[in-house]
Amino acid sequence: MNRYSAFGLLRGALNGQKHWQPAWRDPEPKAHYDIVIIGGGGHGLATAYYLAKVHGLKNIAVLEKGWIGGGNTGRNTTIVRSNYRQKPLHDLFEFGLKLWHNLSDELNYNVMFSPRGAMFLGHSDADMVKLAERGDAMRCDGIDADLMTRDEVAKLEPLLDMSRSARFPIEGGLIQRRGGTARHDAVAWGYARGADSFGVDIIQKCEVTGFVRDGDAVVGVETTRGRIGAGRVGICVAGHSGHVAGLAGLKLPVESQTLQAMVTEGVKPMINSVIMSQSLHCYISQSDKGGIVFGGDPDNWPSYAQRGHPMVMEGAIAQGLALVPALSRLRMVRTWSGVTDMSFDGAPIIGETPVRNLYLNGGWCYGGFKATPASGWTYAHTLATGSPHALNAPFALERFMRGATIDETGTGPMPNSR
Amino acid sequence: MMLINCPHCGPRAQSEFVYERTVDSVAPAGASNDEAMQILFTRSNPRGVDDEIWRHTFGCRAWMVVTRHRVTNEISQVRAVGPEALP
Amino acid sequence: MTGPSRPNSGQDISFTFDGTRYSARAGDTLAAALLANGIGLVGRSFKYHRPRGIMTAGVEEPNALVTVGEGGRAEPNTRATDVFVYDGLAAQSQNRWPNLSLDFGAILGLAAPVFSAGFYYKTFFGSAKRWMFYEHFIRKAAGLGNAPRDADPDRFSQRAAFCDVLVVGAGPAGIAAAREAADAGKRVILVEQDDILGASLIRDPQELDSAWAKESADRIRASGGHILTRTTASGYWEHDLVTLTQRLAEPGQVPANGVAQRLWHVRAGQVILATGSIERPMAFPHNDRPGVMLSQAVRTYVRRFGVCPGQRVVIATNNDDAYLTAHALKEAGAQIVAILDARPAPAGQEHGFTTFNNAHPLATKGSRHCLKSVSGIVDGIPKSWDADLLAVSGGFTPVVHLHCQAGGTLEWNDAAQAFVPGQSRQNVKTIGGAASPAPVFSAAPVVPAKKSFVDFQNDVTLADVDLAWAEGYRSVEHLKRYTTLGMATDQGKTSNMGALARLAEKQGVAIPEAGLTTFRPPYTPVTMGLFAGTAAKDAGAHKRRLALFDVHAAKNPIWQPLGYWFRPRAYPMAGESLAEAAMREARSVRTAVGMTDVSTLAKFEISGPDAVALLETVCATSVGKLAVGRGRYTFMLREDGFVFDDGTVWRIDENRYLLTSSTGGADRMATHLSYVRNYLHPELRVSVVNVQEHLAGIAIAGPKAKSVLATLTGEEPPRHMSTVGAKIAGVAVLVLAASYSGERAFEIYVDARNAEPVWAECETAVVGTGGCLYGLEAMEFLRIEKGHLVVGGEIDGRMTPLDLALDKMLNTGGGFIGAAGLTRPALSEAGRRQLVGLEAVEGSIPEGSMLVTADGKSPEGHVTASAFRIMDGGSLALGQLADGFLRHGEELIATSPTRGQKARVRVVAPHFYDSAGERYRD
Repeated sequence: MNRYSAFGLLRGALNGQKHWQPAWRDPEPKAHYDIVIIGGGGHGLATAYYLAKVHGLKNIAVLEKGWIGGGNTGRNTTIVRSNYRQKPLHDLFEFGLKLWHNLSDELNYNVMFSPRGAMFLGHSDADMVKLAERGDAMRCDGIDADLMTRDEVAKLEPLLDMSRSARFPIEGGLIQRRGGTARHDAVAWGYARGADSFGVDIIQKCEVTGFVRDGDAVVGVETTRGRIGAGRVGICVAGHSGHVAGLAGLKLPVESQTLQAMVTEGVKPMINSVIMSQSLHCYISQSDKGGIVFGGDPDNWPSYAQRGHPMVMEGAIAQGLALVPALSRLRMVRTWSGVTDMSFDGAPIIGETPVRNLYLNGGWCYGGFKATPASGWTYAHTLATGSPHALNAPFALERFMRGATIDETGTGPMPNSR
Repeated sequence: MMLINCPHCGPRAQSEFVYERTVDSVAPAGASNDEAMQILFTRSNPRGVDDEIWRHTFGCRAWMVVTRHRVTNEISQVRAVGPEALP
Repeated sequence: MTGPSRPNSGQDISFTFDGTRYSARAGDTLAAALLANGIGLVGRSFKYHRPRGIMTAGVEEPNALVTVGEGGRAEPNTRATDVFVYDGLAAQSQNRWPNLSLDFGAILGLAAPVFSAGFYYKTFFGSAKRWMFYEHFIRKAAGLGNAPRDADPDRFSQRAAFCDVLVVGAGPAGIAAAREAADAGKRVILVEQDDILGASLIRDPQELDSAWAKESADRIRASGGHILTRTTASGYWEHDLVTLTQRLAEPGQVPANGVAQRLWHVRAGQVILATGSIERPMAFPHNDRPGVMLSQAVRTYVRRFGVCPGQRVVIATNNDDAYLTAHALKEAGAQIVAILDARPAPAGQEHGFTTFNNAHPLATKGSRHCLKSVSGIVDGIPKSWDADLLAVSGGFTPVVHLHCQAGGTLEWNDAAQAFVPGQSRQNVKTIGGAASPAPVFSAAPVVPAKKSFVDFQNDVTLADVDLAWAEGYRSVEHLKRYTTLGMATDQGKTSNMGALARLAEKQGVAIPEAGLTTFRPPYTPVTMGLFAGTAAKDAGAHKRRLALFDVHAAKNPIWQPLGYWFRPRAYPMAGESLAEAAMREARSVRTAVGMTDVSTLAKFEISGPDAVALLETVCATSVGKLAVGRGRYTFMLREDGFVFDDGTVWRIDENRYLLTSSTGGADRMATHLSYVRNYLHPELRVSVVNVQEHLAGIAIAGPKAKSVLATLTGEEPPRHMSTVGAKIAGVAVLVLAASYSGERAFEIYVDARNAEPVWAECETAVVGTGGCLYGLEAMEFLRIEKGHLVVGGEIDGRMTPLDLALDKMLNTGGGFIGAAGLTRPALSEAGRRQLVGLEAVEGSIPEGSMLVTADGKSPEGHVTASAFRIMDGGSLALGQLADGFLRHGEELIATSPTRGQKARVRVVAPHFYDSAGERYRD
């Protein structure tokens, strides 16, 4: 692996950048791996990376049915934050946020993590109390959060509509200054390159079509590129969790829904932070290329279609324009959708399944991207040791039947009400 | 945006309807506590056809079961449920 | 440069470009007018700030992007080829400083050897802060135009439509299809993104002509069909829903009736796509210079606009079509210096032109503003020609976007070297050039990769494609994301096929095996304001209006949003703060009487022989033993056993009940009741009527409430938790003796249409007894002191009846929703949050603060609501605390680090006032 550096680029300027090696190999699958990870998204690749780096395991494969990073890793709004109210959630995401802050150096791959601040807006006194409660819960657990006055919000984002007569007037905000955005594709590619350098086999165009069983245990997978034996198998396929788990005869507490996002044509800098809202369901940031990245609620019905609903999109844009009227004359250039696995308490599932040697990392709903490093780290721990890391222990699959759900929004088991 | 053929009103835009839940999420009467929780907390969630409970909320407000393909969005059947559909 | 055939009819109109005034002819696009005025340099590219001119004559234009219009109407990144000039149009070039000609950003171009594909990923290491330092400059250099800062002065409208046949594209094929459908009696909508019909008919002499187009349009209209010009079918969604974006005013133009654009949702019986094709450029070094244009675009400027973009022209082609351009130019008086035809042998159109076969362009020379010469290779021998225009045709890419958005598949047409529509998933078919593009010569010439641009706007060259391949980014999606190919405002309309061909060549496979990226909506970029429509004003959230809104408004209260409602929070007297007003109001309730509007509470009338069965399914408390005229507190569980709402249930009559629940949960409760009644229990003989807005509600509370009510009704008021019908101000009302405040209290429900006289009479009586109106803030003080729960506060969707100490009220008969969920083991384990009261030992308790045993410890609970003792002062609160029932007497810290507030608190029972309920007794 070449080391990436400014020097390397300058050297390349003289040779037409011809000295760069492939970022990852394109290996043929071996007959057996100690650990097989199904799903070459950010989470699966991060898992492989930490299995190799932290746990010293080398005989690992990541199986990807298409091309790495092609699912939700490449279809999100790139927001990174850890500002959750519930302790198990903010502890997990904060662990991830700490990894984010050093990730480019760690991977020698610039993932362009930009901690420009993730801000929730409050639109009433009641909102502001809820934001304070969230911030206080974080601060007591050592996570940064600051309440903002109206004036501070207006100063950070001069294009917000601060008028008192607005339908949702802005009374203040809660900012996590260490939150921000990152370059989503780079996260998958950086982890892939890192994992590959440790000898992990990243096998693309390799779809898992079934599990090989020996009694109550999984001992391998059937794929479009043949049978691959495995000591342990980890599912890590986001919106397709239900489908892949179904191949092992499992039914999960997840429902797959479409989440849309969109981006405008590039313009010069106009949005400085990540703007979210306590009452409205849209989130706005500006990419390094200048596009305004825009997201909203999921389409609230089950779908694997990777196509959004025009009216959900129109609703999200209406809310965004209510917050930032200056977006009105920009043009939306592209909209896309991801398939999210909406869990039945809104929190992820990381841990063992009822099938021996088969593990699950899923149920990330619409919040998986920011968790990529933490998800990989804890899942790697779980796969390497056979038992969960303290951070993912609360996120066991059995919590639903036990009643130990982690319900950030308090809306209960129906994902469409979340 | 789909077109859903309401058994009472005829074809209407999806924006008039609200999806509630899948048929397989509803425990039958007489299910044990454990069965009821198993049913509440698991879904077949197929990458294919499933039976879904929708309501014509912004129309006649009636409930129906929509049999729909989750990838193609093809709707093969819409069945009325509720008091109106009792024999 | 103006050619001989430029029409001389009509008034000249004037426009400005970068502040300089020019004239145009009616019907010109901005691009045509700029060319007519001899302007070659129009924009700067995204990455290297390379000088760029006009390349196309359509929506696929990657280079000539300008900001059109001024103030809040300015539209950045507008394609000069897709805006028709109007008098006063003001266009500004973009992405340049200090000006278009002398752009310092172009220095980036010198560093191009370093700024290879993916260079960002390989450098700028160090802390996140360090990246943000570099990012600051990168962001400033990126982007194209500036977003307007002023409010948008125009409106955007939305409309829904239905038709039998929607035809997209009004070229000869589309017009013919629409005409045929109209003749067959179908309801037709024909859309065309241009401002006139005809497409290729306008450009090329054909058997069918403009007169035929006009006659067809008349026939379509006469049959009741609609023809929408300046309208783009931008998205194809489920079940043949197509979104159309219609420009009623040009970019930056003041709209005639205030509406700038219109968004259509068209549900079509059948969709016919006659979307034509887009000409492909050719890749060779310096193919991006102003003066290099697509061949059909040149022909369009000559024939349609009468503008000849060059006098000494080299044409490079791999197909027959470019010879039509040669003829058009010749007719316009331009000299065809040479035609470089990639095909090895003459194809028969070359008479009269200096034509070379097996010939390709290899480079261009010129200035920032124009082209001076073209060099190429003919049969392996280098040649050079002086020229001011190079017209290129690399073949044709069918516009299959909508077909693909509709879920259709593509097939490879080898003769045309293009993807054409294959299977359709929806009721759509593609006709004309989009289905059968013209054949081309397939062999790609070998050219140097450097500065051979594929994606012009994002400055992606063949060398970038090669580098991505070498570094392992081999899937077409990786290529796109690594190089940013096809991600510019043109979404790869002119670039994708060129890059795909290169990728396939690298892979050693045929193009169709190399794959294709997804065609995502919209086809062309769509103004955000258009998607939002009129909903942007109120964020798409309606406001619900109280029946007594005017009565309250006249008193100028402080309003508080509550769900979609707005309710008076307090009625301050002159000089009073919110807190002072609320405390005065609360004290009035404690000492005398107060009245408040409770109309927003959810209310359901449930009647029929099986009403109890329904109620005992929905409510977790028993209802069956309730006597006529009596009511009781109740709460409802989700299926997972958590409390999600609470309220009261009243037996009005033998088989008629009134159920109330929280304001915020009203819609959810309505759906829940409907689900239980219709889906779970269709067999029940019961009706559920949502009467939330039919009934206005007035609460009268306080020690004098009973005497006030007696005066109002002239009858003995009902006992606590009883109900009677009565009359106030001659209007029939329902009186419920229920209390949220802890005082003897009554809720008076009345037909919302007749609420005002009832309110007026109540107010007179209350005020006459020394009482006052109270708002939500006082109500909050009162209920906290009494220890009553609120949905969204103590009832937060994460608490069971056990956690809230409501378990003694559970229906021992079971059978209610949530009973099964409650049996789950973790719900009765130690450590769960439980409802507690909190008394300040020191300081005042911040609402929402965390409960910790000592500073620096992780929270064990939080304050759900806090208030002051209404009569004695002192801070108190309700909260959730781990194992709270067992911790009464313990001292904790309620801390709010975000507000710098803190209090020492003692855990107590959650009742601070009249815990025995003495005050309800008469």
